[in-house]
Amino acid sequence: MSQVETAVPAPTHRGYWSLVMSRLLRDPVAMACLAVLVLLVCSAIFAPWLGLADPYKGSMIARLKPLGTPGYLLGTDEQGRDMLSRLIYGGRLTLFIGLMPVVLAFFIGGALGIVAGYVGGITNTIIMRVVDVFFAFPSVLLAIAISGALGAGVLNSLVSLTIVFIPPVTRVAEAVTSGVRQLDYIDAARASGANALTVIRVHVIGNVLSPVFVYATSLTSVCMILAAGLSFLGIGVRPPEPEWGLMLNTLRSAIYVNPWLAALPGVMIFATSLCLNLLSDGLRSAMNVRD
Amino acid sequence: MSDNLLEIRNLDVRFKGARNVHAINDLSLELKHGETLALLGESGSGKSVTLKTLLRLLPEKRTDLGGSIDFDGTDIMTLSGKRLRSYRGGDVSMVFQDPGLALDPVYTIGQQIAETVMRHKGVSREDALDVALDMLHRVRIPSAERRMKNYPHELSGGMRQRVMIALALACRPRLLLADEPTTALDATVQIQILLLLRELQKEFGMGVIFVTHDIGVAVEISERIAVMYAGQIIEEGTTREVIRNPQHPYTQGLLAANLHDVARGTRLDAIPGSPPALETRPDACPFAPRCPLMVDACRQALPPVQRPGPRRRVACLRAGEAIPA
Amino acid sequence: MSVTDKPLLSVRDLKKHFPIKGGILGRTQAMVQAVDGVSFDVAPGETLGIVGESGCGKSTTAKLLIGLTDRDEGDIVLNDKTLGRDMNLRALRRDIQMVFQDSYASLNPRMTILDSVAFGARVQGLDDPLGRSRRLMDRVGLAADRFAHRYPHELSGGQRQRVNIARALAMSPKVVVLDEAVSALDKSVEAQVLNLLADLRAEFGLTYIFISHDLNVVRYISDRILVMYLGEVVEIAPVDLIWADQAHPYTRSLFSAMPSMDPDSRTEKPPLAGDPPNPIDPPSGCRFHTRCPLAAPVCKTRHPVLAPRVQGSAHWVACHLHDVSSGHPDAGKGLTA
Repeated sequence: MSQVETAVPAPTHRGYWSLVMSRLLRDPVAMACLAVLVLLVCSAIFAPWLGLADPYKGSMIARLKPLGTPGYLLGTDEQGRDMLSRLIYGGRLTLFIGLMPVVLAFFIGGALGIVAGYVGGITNTIIMRVVDVFFAFPSVLLAIAISGALGAGVLNSLVSLTIVFIPPVTRVAEAVTSGVRQLDYIDAARASGANALTVIRVHVIGNVLSPVFVYATSLTSVCMILAAGLSFLGIGVRPPEPEWGLMLNTLRSAIYVNPWLAALPGVMIFATSLCLNLLSDGLRSAMNVRD
Repeated sequence: MSDNLLEIRNLDVRFKGARNVHAINDLSLELKHGETLALLGESGSGKSVTLKTLLRLLPEKRTDLGGSIDFDGTDIMTLSGKRLRSYRGGDVSMVFQDPGLALDPVYTIGQQIAETVMRHKGVSREDALDVALDMLHRVRIPSAERRMKNYPHELSGGMRQRVMIALALACRPRLLLADEPTTALDATVQIQILLLLRELQKEFGMGVIFVTHDIGVAVEISERIAVMYAGQIIEEGTTREVIRNPQHPYTQGLLAANLHDVARGTRLDAIPGSPPALETRPDACPFAPRCPLMVDACRQALPPVQRPGPRRRVACLRAGEAIPA
Repeated sequence: MSVTDKPLLSVRDLKKHFPIKGGILGRTQAMVQAVDGVSFDVAPGETLGIVGESGCGKSTTAKLLIGLTDRDEGDIVLNDKTLGRDMNLRALRRDIQMVFQDSYASLNPRMTILDSVAFGARVQGLDDPLGRSRRLMDRVGLAADRFAHRYPHELSGGQRQRVNIARALAMSPKVVVLDEAVSALDKSVEAQVLNLLADLRAEFGLTYIFISHDLNVVRYISDRILVMYLGEVVEIAPVDLIWADQAHPYTRSLFSAMPSMDPDSRTEKPPLAGDPPNPIDPPSGCRFHTRCPLAAPVCKTRHPVLAPRVQGSAHWVACHLHDVSSGHPDAGKGLTA
């Protein structure tokens, strides 16, 4: 009888994702960022129940009050609306059009990339050349062009941003898939008589989606900034809806009067995208379970 | 000047990180001028780490070093800056396993060798190119003049390894470190490179430390063999002594596992189990769990180093005993 | 060919040429003749060792055998059924399984060991895939109770290769192709796995095709040895015959290139100069003539045919030296290098 080998690290009877989670929980930076993001999302969702001032109700006498004014913790904007309330309500739209396109692009681009990478040949050529055409434009220009053509509005921003993010996700998914495709375990699975669909479902998706997921989380910050940019240019969300990019635009003229106030929406965008980026970094190292 | 080219005393190397790895534990080794020593060991035994330590190539922030390394009167552990650079590549140079990765793809091989010579010897470009051409002749590269203008990817694996050797020897180092330089090569090419290294060693008279996992390769290249296990040298002697009369049970097992002249269908005397993970520093014989000769004392303290002859040592309580069949 | 029993597996004139694409239009610039007219038989329960250097086509042959690479020409006949005519790929893959060299890359890193072993059995619809896999894990020396739910990175190289062997056996194959299956393992672990392979062969009546560059390992495990050079078979013979006397000059060089184990009689002269030529543009005539110490003008022009060394011998060789009618000046005298 052959020898049983010993000397193996402690047995872990856990799934891959629970392992990743436990590693992520031990990363203080990622956890702090996650906490900030959760706070932002929750406050946006539960804004109506937080007892805030009406974000649409202005006041001609209380315009551009500085930070810390009694009754207006974060001051008021150029129409005398409460900034705190507008920032929190603004989070709803901003986060929605900042995150949703990436989520959609993750699924659409991921599927396209996996098919292109696994099937290869002419299918790959067709998908990737089409993607390359979109990829050739700078993302900002592409977003502006599509939004401009479709007209302003939340839904149109969503569509245009999704189209912008499908090509990069497809590219990454295709590259990762063709890499995984070369590995022996795919050959071994094929050699056991499994058809392509089974091999993709069981062996490819799991190994491709996590790096693509990490990449997609890093896109969310770009998407937020683009979405804010579209609103800033007036082809995204329309006033008087509170949205960080739009607020940045309308407060632009107040920058000489009350610079701190004018910077607030920008600070929100910056903080959110920074947290998303750091969280994505943490996620990447947590997913690298091997080391 | 002593006749030792290299003296390693009580070397410890520990990698810090999420898991600590005690890669080298109390390793001592001497190499005389012009001597060829094979460091024989399996993966994870610390043989490549030893080479990298000799060149001070380990990442300093993640490594704890202990002990001393003396190269011809110079303390290697304290070298830095310019002196470290002239030591690397000037006094000591290295040949790697994969010449495809070790050669720079954007320079011709003539340029690469000449560049190294200019940097270390401070000679003119023309002289350096002459040296490069001479070196390519010496490593028996056919039509060397033409090859000078080739890029690494235009050469076959065996030719690339010859270029790597020419590059390593261009500055006439006193010590050549070779990290499995023939492992990636085909059998008929491997033997060519081994014989070439043997000839060049005689010609240049440098000391050589040759790291390998293959006993046959060690026999072909070396005068002396040091067998490594779990970051320690467990047996050392002349090649003849170690091959003909292995004293440590691990060495005996390795020789048996080499399958040389093993009849078909017989059971192989495999060493059971696998090497220790070295997350803690061994405080007993690291081979004990796999050893057929293990007694209680082996698990209680580090084995005594026995010295059955001049420059011969075995770290084993029961050195020299035959493994029962 | 040489085996008197009815062969379990027959390969006839297998060919695979890979195109090298280049230029802006991706046109085919050259063909790599990876496998060029390979034929052999394997008897039930036999182990055929395939040796050769990189680029000789041994790994491509392995992949052709289980249809991981599509063949250009040639027949694969298993149990009297010809692939593509009497049986499909799925049926072939139930009977031929493969173990790869890289034990880590051949396991899905996101899958537990047990799931990996059971995957094939599930795909083929065999009953009780999990129970069968657990029994096989126990059999290859990895207690299922302890190892079933671990991931590949938690295992050592030797343990992972045991998983790969169990995975191949889970489909109850008749033939197992082992492509450098022990080459990446340390010597001490290699011996353990070789012992295991020998045990399993006896227990399950397996037929092995054992591909390796290590002649000592091939000699230990094989009944017959097949030597490949640049996509062709140059010699095939029972182990003892070829070990005692290599008929092809290339085989002889390959054997003498093995490092000596005797410190007192080290190799003094390399048996061959230079590297193996590129299979993109193989030499004309006998592909070995560019490196052969015994080459004659005829070797450059005429392609030698694989034939018995002497009438009725199990030792086959493709060399003009053994064919008296070839026109080689030393033909019939044997190798006297």
